[in-house]
Amino acid sequence: MLENAYLVPLLPAISFVVILLFGKRVKGGSAVHWVGITAVGVSFVLSLVIAVQWISRTDDAASAADHGTEEVHVEDEGHSEETDTHEEGLGFGSSDLGSGTLLGAAEEDDHGSVVADPVIEQITWLQIGGVEHKAGTYVDGLSAILLVVVSTVALLVHIYSSEYVRGDRRYVHYYAFLSLFTASMLFFVLSSSILQMIVGWELVGVCSFALIGHWWEDGANSNAALKAFLTNRVGDIGLLIGMVTLFFATGTFDIFTINDMIAHGLVRHFLLVVAATCLVAAAMSKSGQFPLHTWLPDAMAGPTPVSALIHAATMVVAGVYMIARLYPVFYEGFAIKTSSINLLALVGGFTALMAAALAFVQWDIKKVLAYSTVSQLGYMVMALGVGAWTAAVFHLFTHALFKAGLFLGAGSVSHSAGHTFDIREMGGLKKHMPTTYRTFVICSLALAGIFPFAGFWSKDEILLGSLEGQQNGYPLMLIFGCAVAAMTAAYMTRVIWYTFHGEFRGELHHHGGGHDPVETHTEEHHAEPHESPKAITIPLIILAAGAVLAGLANLPGPVVEVFGADGFAHRLQTYAEPSNFLGPLGIIHPDPSLVMALVGLALAVGGAVVTYLFFWKNMGPHGLTERNVLARKGRTLLENKYYLDHLYENVIVAFVKWPLAKAAYWFNQNVLDKIVDTAGESARDGGQWVYTHIDQAVVDGAVNGAGTAAGASGEGLRVIQSGKVQGYGALLFGATAVLAIIFMIVI
Amino acid sequence: MLVNQFLLLGAFLFCTGVYGVLARRNAVMVLMSIELMLNAVNINLLTFGYLHNAVSGQVFALFIIAVAAAEVAVGLAIILLIYRNRASINVDELDLMRG
Repeated sequence: MLENAYLVPLLPAISFVVILLFGKRVKGGSAVHWVGITAVGVSFVLSLVIAVQWISRTDDAASAADHGTEEVHVEDEGHSEETDTHEEGLGFGSSDLGSGTLLGAAEEDDHGSVVADPVIEQITWLQIGGVEHKAGTYVDGLSAILLVVVSTVALLVHIYSSEYVRGDRRYVHYYAFLSLFTASMLFFVLSSSILQMIVGWELVGVCSFALIGHWWEDGANSNAALKAFLTNRVGDIGLLIGMVTLFFATGTFDIFTINDMIAHGLVRHFLLVVAATCLVAAAMSKSGQFPLHTWLPDAMAGPTPVSALIHAATMVVAGVYMIARLYPVFYEGFAIKTSSINLLALVGGFTALMAAALAFVQWDIKKVLAYSTVSQLGYMVMALGVGAWTAAVFHLFTHALFKAGLFLGAGSVSHSAGHTFDIREMGGLKKHMPTTYRTFVICSLALAGIFPFAGFWSKDEILLGSLEGQQNGYPLMLIFGCAVAAMTAAYMTRVIWYTFHGEFRGELHHHGGGHDPVETHTEEHHAEPHESPKAITIPLIILAAGAVLAGLANLPGPVVEVFGADGFAHRLQTYAEPSNFLGPLGIIHPDPSLVMALVGLALAVGGAVVTYLFFWKNMGPHGLTERNVLARKGRTLLENKYYLDHLYENVIVAFVKWPLAKAAYWFNQNVLDKIVDTAGESARDGGQWVYTHIDQAVVDGAVNGAGTAAGASGEGLRVIQSGKVQGYGALLFGATAVLAIIFMIVI
Repeated sequence: MLVNQFLLLGAFLFCTGVYGVLARRNAVMVLMSIELMLNAVNINLLTFGYLHNAVSGQVFALFIIAVAAAEVAVGLAIILLIYRNRASINVDELDLMRG
């Protein structure tokens, strides 16, 4: 399967074509979701197979290398013997692999840990100027884990949507784009060249655009779709420049070669700085980092399952994935090893803090979750910025599960409780929707980083990474991270209180009266909020289980030693880390620290407890914003999202629109048009003169004269053409005779 | 070698042929006159071939005789068809191409 990984994105792509072409012919279009679910389901199984095969490949490589080193120890002979056995180990490891591998299967990095090489299958895509550009699949631990995450969430969202958007007027269209998105994201994840990555990157952008604007009849939705698309274009410029810089720095688009060259210090540092900076701009737009994050909360205008799949779990991590995939570029470019602050870490840390603060003042449950997503993505970028590669990927993995669970939970709440996302119109839903409540709380605990849920383990690793850093710690990032940990717990507690506790404050809308145009299908009138059907609750339960168990993927060593399962520690670090280029970079993994874990946990619990006391026990400074000018101003600032949208729309766009456009218009009217008009008038006059004096008199005269002359001479010559062959013969012989006589005389 | 005489014979035959082509009104006679001109050319070829002691003159003459046979066959067939259509082989009446 590692060599045939192309099947994973191919199946949803086929499903897209099938649904698009034949979807409308199915009676009522209601069965199309089975096509999507089947295709994505098979992709999910294949992804699991790839992950399992990758694990066994890594184990094979490790055991082969162990075998080799053991022999060395036993024989204890000269240096040449050592290299011999080592090569034997390589041969053994690669014997069961396809021809697509570049090198042997196993390679020892500087730390003595053994890693498997990625499985790369490529075909020549195009050939320009003698340079072959390849496209293909690149399977290693990182892409394997992304495949599993994307296909899992996509499968659950496909199932969930069959209930959530049932009866929608563009049901077929919806499923077609859902499948196309899945295919594009899997294609992006498996890219073996950065050129291919750009294609995948833009494809997911298009799908995101189409799905945000799914209900485009509402102007706000199509505006949100446009905003998402245009904001992403800003970052795409960075992506293109960065990728082209990389090409000129290394002479290839191939990811493996680029990483290898940079890891071995064959690329000029200055070019890496340029490329890394441009690519950070790309990650800013796609992964919603400050200051290009403003599109992501607006993207919640799309259907909730889309928000869960695209704008929480998969597409928005594309930027994080891109940084992780091309990590040597950033590691060398920003000197992550030796610095104690850099652009990547600063952008991530600041985004995490800023977005967490914004989540406090939102009344739309999906926007709270959206800002939470921005904040957590900032966390991942920050982790990459401080050199904690594994922690970032681990957090990506756990976050995808519990954030998808939270979004789907929010959708379930809205679906069954009056089709609103405003938490002021909810409340008291705990007793009506027990399953949704439980899963939502579990996912919130995971997000807040409470022991022993998934988020605790990944967040702890990021904080640890910031504390230890590589050669220097990253103290500012640690402060940001700790603050965000406390804030996350607090705003999630606020959401749970408003949504599920207290008294129900909303009114139940009936057919056609809701904010959410999806409800055309609702058969029964709801007397009161009710639990959602199974197609919605089962994905919630699965994701909640993931939120509980995903932490097992990368438990720190001391924890598992307690249970006597040493082999179970740092699984993700062992299998996912592509050490054949991280090794030469010399990345250090910090030792697990109990103190750091306790501090992180205490901050999260503290944040949750303070909010609990504030809402449940009615303690603390209620009504502070009414009494204190400073607090009110702070709240206004947050409610206006730091005026970033105002900056973009009223300052930048308005400047372009008003003075600049006005000046351009004046210049256009009075200068350019004048020139054009004058030129046009003089051309017209000149044309008139030419017409009368040259065209009519000279040209036409010549043409007419030629015609007349031809007519006259034809009239004269007509006589000769008698039609009698003998007449022609006489002329022929006569002429020949005359010519012969002249010839004789001349000579 | 009486080269002059042979060339004069060729010239005489050729002139006779030209006269026949231009003066006769019967299409068959015109065709026969063309044969005369061809034979005049043959005589010239043989004469000059002999003069330069080259065999190619005779070869060309043989070719011309063969081609002339084919030409006569085609020409007579055309004349036959013209006669069937118009019941006349007077070349003066064949002036459909008059301008």
